[in-house]
Amino acid sequence: MGLHVIKMPDVGEGITEAEIVEWNVSPGDLVREDDILAAVMTDKATVEIPSPVDGRITLLSGELGELTPVGSIIISIEVEGGGNNSNEIKSVPQISTTKTIKDDGGSKGVVKPSPGIHLEQYSKTPIEKPLIVSNGMQSHAMPRPEGEKPLASPSVRRRATDAGIQLQFVTGSGPAGHITHEDLDKFVEGQGAPHKAGGLVANTRINETKIIGLRRKIGERMQDAKQRIPHITYVDEVDMTELEKLRTHLNKERLKEQPKLTILPFIMRAIVRAISAWPTLSSRYDDQNGILKTFGAAHIGVAAQTPAGLMVPVLRHAEAMDIWDMANEVRRLSEAARDGSIKRADLTGSTITISSLGLIGGIVSTPVINSPEVAIVGVNKMAIRPVYIDGEFVPRQIMNLSSSFDHRIIDGWDAAQFIQHIRASLENPATLFMER
Amino acid sequence: MSSLSCDVLVLGAGPGGYVAAIRSGQLGLDTIIVEGSAPGGTCLNIGCIPSKALIHVASEFEKISQAKGGNAIGLSVESPKLDLAASMSWKNGIVKKLTSGVSGILNKSGVRQIQGWGRMRDGKCCLVETPTGPVTINARHVILAPGSQPVELPSLPFGNNVISSTEALDLQSVPEKMVIVGAGYIGLELGLAFAKLGSSVSVVEFADRILPQYDQELSSPILKKLKALGVELLLNAKAKSAGPSGNSLIVEKSNEEEVSIPADKILVTVGRKARLEGWGLAELQLSMNDRFVKVDQECRTSMLDVFAVGDVTGEPMLAHRAMAQGAVAAEVIAGEKRVFQPNGIVSVCFTDPEIVSVGVSPEDARSQGLDIVVGKFPLSANGRAMTMEANGGFVRAIARKDNGVVIGIQAVGHEVSEFSAAFALAIEMGCQLEDIAGTIHAHPTQSEAFQEAAMLALGRGLHM
Repeated sequence: MGLHVIKMPDVGEGITEAEIVEWNVSPGDLVREDDILAAVMTDKATVEIPSPVDGRITLLSGELGELTPVGSIIISIEVEGGGNNSNEIKSVPQISTTKTIKDDGGSKGVVKPSPGIHLEQYSKTPIEKPLIVSNGMQSHAMPRPEGEKPLASPSVRRRATDAGIQLQFVTGSGPAGHITHEDLDKFVEGQGAPHKAGGLVANTRINETKIIGLRRKIGERMQDAKQRIPHITYVDEVDMTELEKLRTHLNKERLKEQPKLTILPFIMRAIVRAISAWPTLSSRYDDQNGILKTFGAAHIGVAAQTPAGLMVPVLRHAEAMDIWDMANEVRRLSEAARDGSIKRADLTGSTITISSLGLIGGIVSTPVINSPEVAIVGVNKMAIRPVYIDGEFVPRQIMNLSSSFDHRIIDGWDAAQFIQHIRASLENPATLFMER
Repeated sequence: MSSLSCDVLVLGAGPGGYVAAIRSGQLGLDTIIVEGSAPGGTCLNIGCIPSKALIHVASEFEKISQAKGGNAIGLSVESPKLDLAASMSWKNGIVKKLTSGVSGILNKSGVRQIQGWGRMRDGKCCLVETPTGPVTINARHVILAPGSQPVELPSLPFGNNVISSTEALDLQSVPEKMVIVGAGYIGLELGLAFAKLGSSVSVVEFADRILPQYDQELSSPILKKLKALGVELLLNAKAKSAGPSGNSLIVEKSNEEEVSIPADKILVTVGRKARLEGWGLAELQLSMNDRFVKVDQECRTSMLDVFAVGDVTGEPMLAHRAMAQGAVAAEVIAGEKRVFQPNGIVSVCFTDPEIVSVGVSPEDARSQGLDIVVGKFPLSANGRAMTMEANGGFVRAIARKDNGVVIGIQAVGHEVSEFSAAFALAIEMGCQLEDIAGTIHAHPTQSEAFQEAAMLALGRGLHM
């Protein structure tokens, strides 16, 4: 018997600690290769840790929600043979970051990177062949194979019979899928009749929820951004009437394979143009070392609400995309973010961020900067408003931009110039398609 | 002719019937139980209990006989004597105590007991021939519990020296020469007992080995004991008929050679069969399951409001199965939702050594295509077994390899019948090997072997 240890994986980008958000096994459980052991949450994504071997869990270290340093042992598995707990550790599953030049053929409308542009590619190192284990028993809860008799003690079976519940429909949470009294309670609760409406009553219920995982991550980042960055927020209105005419036209004329255009690609295009005039706005500020990295690229983060919480997928090299490319890429990213399949590569490295709540965008917001960036452009709701032009009120489609800037780097004057540049582009849509 | 009516009529007061009646009485149903002889059925009167009494007498006698002139543990007796008639009256005392106990509980539960042979006229009416004349009983629900009876060989009908277990359990003297037909559990339980009591015993078995219902690993310690007691075994042999004088048995051996074996008593134990005659099955026209009355999980027969429990419903023909079914039937009649759906039913063979088994054997499991692990711990490595001079046998645990759920447990050894509680509980609770390995078993007891067997199956035996 040997011990196979699994360490907190190194997810790259200088991240030194990650949070364990879920244990899928308990000490004593028998696991097979590829069984999911735990989920760890890193800067932006949740990574599942599969078992590289067959064996028995002997140790889980670290509490749920605790930050654990990369490289510390989090799981020990007893295996047949020597294990890896010697000097040579070969089979620790790692998410390693390798910088490579990658040509992905420009699929999904992504621009082909020209040589010299570095894309970050994430890959898992191959997992070692399974080691032979003395008994490959799996004792944690798992779905019951079809036709298998449900496992339950006589008292549970009797309760189920009394309640007219057929146990084959009840999920067992116990070892080997054992159905417990609690499982039965849950099943009964789930199928119970809805409560009767009984007028207004005081609700004295208080729920305590431990804030962990993505929610905690968001919280920490927001607090950090607000504490460290002196925000300055600037709001102006943009007359979108002309742009909306153009957008309607383009949508009408678009080819079948072209995506429907929202205003987002146009705003991105306007931001790209404004950045070329005011390059400092596409930056990341390392305030610890006092270094401002200003990017030639416009990697635009798009804050998106997902079932799991706030995520910021990143549209890379927006400066190298046309409106259609951007529309395609926005669609791909938002779908991946919503269904949870989004990759870490798509969640890191933005240099400026757009925050938009669409139809519920309100008239003004005070967006929080996606640290360590220096600017965030908030898009408010577009509405038809009367505008006094040439001696009369005319209905125009007006939209506010509420944008925040890091005042340590960006002065109010620069911020205003930047937004005015965007506004000018949007109000004169033809300019969006000019090189300069 | 007098006439009675009730909610529940139970036909037969064996373990299945009397439990059904007690339970329905407890549940407030107006209940009548009909029994042709004493309450308690085969089990209490002519089966389990008397045979265990006789086996005890035989084992005690063997012990004192072996102490004649001094034994290994330092005891000696001068002239051990056996008075089988006295043993029988002791046994009868136990039977009486138990049957009157059953009768008392039936009374206490408000059940009316009708003495007499009952025969169903239809699904609602039973005609009982009582000592005081015929009585008809009309019932809304009927629970049939007619039980089973020994199988009789056509060529060897019961009578004179050809006896069934019933007569064997009431012999007043030890036959000098006993021939037993059938090496199943009843034949060997009694054969071993009579061998210990001093009979010269021969066993004739049609199959090629003893105790065919168990695997060879389990039966071999019994084979060893039979040999030690000098029991003659004729395997692959067929009992043809009694000899002309009735004092011998003609046996056809596998090579078709016929031999005559002298016999004071010929005990035929070739199995038991459901009792299907004499109580009105023909009138009810119930659906059958081969030679048994067909019942569903609620113990309902094919006729509305007619239930059946116990040996008449099928294998395994065991008292504890019948009792569990009896309770289910009564509770279903009382309107409760019940099913008879055990994970396992323990069987115990009171040979010397004893065999206890629940769930599947390794062989069964493999033939079902299951991937299994097996842990077997010998009792010869168990301290308590040694202190009882009982070091043969083992405990064996069989579990599924994929999840460690225990699917079979067997043991053979001295007094391992008492392990049945632990084994049945493990199977019924759906235990995994870890549950048993993780339960502290008391030292020094033979039951430690159970924990060790589980540990061995997990690949980490301690005392092996």
